[in-house]
Amino acid sequence: MAGVLLRRLAGQVLLVTVAVGLAYLLAATALDPRAELEARNPPPPPSAVEKRLDELNANDRTPLFTRFLTWVSGVPRGDLGATLDGTPAGVQMRRRIGASLRLLLAGVLLGNVLGAVLGVVGTLGRHVDRLVTAGTFTVLAVPAVVLAVLAQAAAQWVNSRTGTRIFAWTGEYTPGGTGGSPHHLTERLQHLVLPTLTIALGRATVVGRYLRGTLRDTAGAAFVRAAVAKGLTRRRALIRHALRVAVIPVVPLSAYGCATLLAGAACTEKVFGWHGMGEWLIDSIHRGDVNAVAAYCCFAAVVVLCTGLLSDLAVTVLDPRSHA
Amino acid sequence: MRTYGRPLAGFALLALLGVLAGAGPYLTRWSWTDVDVTAFGDPPSADHWLGTTASGRDVYAVALRALRRSLVIGLLVAAGATGLAAVTGAAAGYVGGWADRLLRWVTDLLLVFPPFLMAAVVSRAFTGQVATALLLTGLMWMMTARAVRAATRSLRDEGYVLAARQLGASAPRIVLRHLLPNLTSLLLADATLNTGAAVVGESGLSYFGFGVRPPDVSLGTLLADGAPAATVFPWLFLPPVILLVLILLAVDLAGAGLRGASNPFRERG
Repeated sequence: MAGVLLRRLAGQVLLVTVAVGLAYLLAATALDPRAELEARNPPPPPSAVEKRLDELNANDRTPLFTRFLTWVSGVPRGDLGATLDGTPAGVQMRRRIGASLRLLLAGVLLGNVLGAVLGVVGTLGRHVDRLVTAGTFTVLAVPAVVLAVLAQAAAQWVNSRTGTRIFAWTGEYTPGGTGGSPHHLTERLQHLVLPTLTIALGRATVVGRYLRGTLRDTAGAAFVRAAVAKGLTRRRALIRHALRVAVIPVVPLSAYGCATLLAGAACTEKVFGWHGMGEWLIDSIHRGDVNAVAAYCCFAAVVVLCTGLLSDLAVTVLDPRSHA
Repeated sequence: MRTYGRPLAGFALLALLGVLAGAGPYLTRWSWTDVDVTAFGDPPSADHWLGTTASGRDVYAVALRALRRSLVIGLLVAAGATGLAAVTGAAAGYVGGWADRLLRWVTDLLLVFPPFLMAAVVSRAFTGQVATALLLTGLMWMMTARAVRAATRSLRDEGYVLAARQLGASAPRIVLRHLLPNLTSLLLADATLNTGAAVVGESGLSYFGFGVRPPDVSLGTLLADGAPAATVFPWLFLPPVILLVLILLAVDLAGAGLRGASNPFRERG
């Protein structure tokens, strides 16, 4: 079992390494940092642009392969190159990852738990099931941007109704606010509630819907009927026996969903003004910032690796058939 | 009838949206490119049914134009992605061995690749709705391909496949004539759901400036324009939202219904 996991891990490592390499090559050919530098105001002299590009290892007059080698040789040392504004990409990325994690951790946890509850609640009774299905149906049909904007509108209404500022929705805190630490915490929480809810709601519907589907697919299986025949109530048989099997295919899906979220809840970040990873990628692409995009791809690769490993582990624990 | 009620309702709604996108623009005298210099950012009125944008364009006409764009892209992508997934998935599942490993590798690789980077590369080289459709196809076929592969594995040793093989049918013939027809229900359901995913994907790409570009419009660009001031100018934000939600509801009803109807082990309900 450990051998299988290790082999999978080795394959995955190889895969994401290739993916990161390709991503760098693609970013280096497709993005145009020269245009960005030349468009600055006042226009810098050509020699300065040239010098800057060389410093950044992003000069399109250096052969692509040379640039690639320079970049690759830096990666093991943790040197991901510098972004266009000159700060090391690693330093900027750390700040961004912090923001992304603060934004997502609570949302993802809440979303998965809520999703599991939604999926199971459907087995309790017909009416509950109808209600849950209709609810998830509607939320799934609403894109993330719209959810975020609607949440803001609702919060605005609550704020104006109560006359106090209960919710806030731009950034992580109010810039220039008084920074006393207890006040600071509530301040941060006020900013956190809405984006967290937006993310949790999105996650919960996906997980809930999928779990409900797999649960219903296993509900007719022989071992569940056997459990009922043995004398368990239907609900008990479903929760004790069917759920364990039904949850297995949900784990990789949920893990993959979380990975993509961490690597870019771009919509939510944009609407709520959080400076997280998703926003960083989009801005860097628009700026033509090769090193920043490459750094982002490294991060995304690591996230995919870790979540893949975690989901493999979880499936191994849950599914006795995979021990073979 | 009960089984098919949902998919039928979904397809009916989708057809209705198609008709609206096709015929709706003829109901008003404003075309989506017209600029009314007497009305900048006006709320809905008798003249402009859904109001005007800040630059004086008629929201009704613009929204329907966007609906048409999004629907066309959605259908193109659904056809492309499902077709590609059907052929590659069935081939990998039937042939097995190296083909299977190759498909797994490629899909894994594409899954870890940041979609926005691909979008940036493609949108630099090509623009327009066909490019957007191609891009989304490239981003979306992998999941369906995996599902098709798994389904093919389970069909591979069925009697009729063995019989065809014994009769000397070639591998491509078996895949195209025997395996794919038996996967129709799965493919149909996935194509429907892919339409919705493509419409959302397009709106996401356009929202961040990678898909359809101004002056052309899609539901994504309208969302991006309307979102910042949604509470002040709701008539800019609501039409694309409502259209998008309707498309997704229709597609979801149709696709999920089809999928449910095609699984005999599923409980009815």
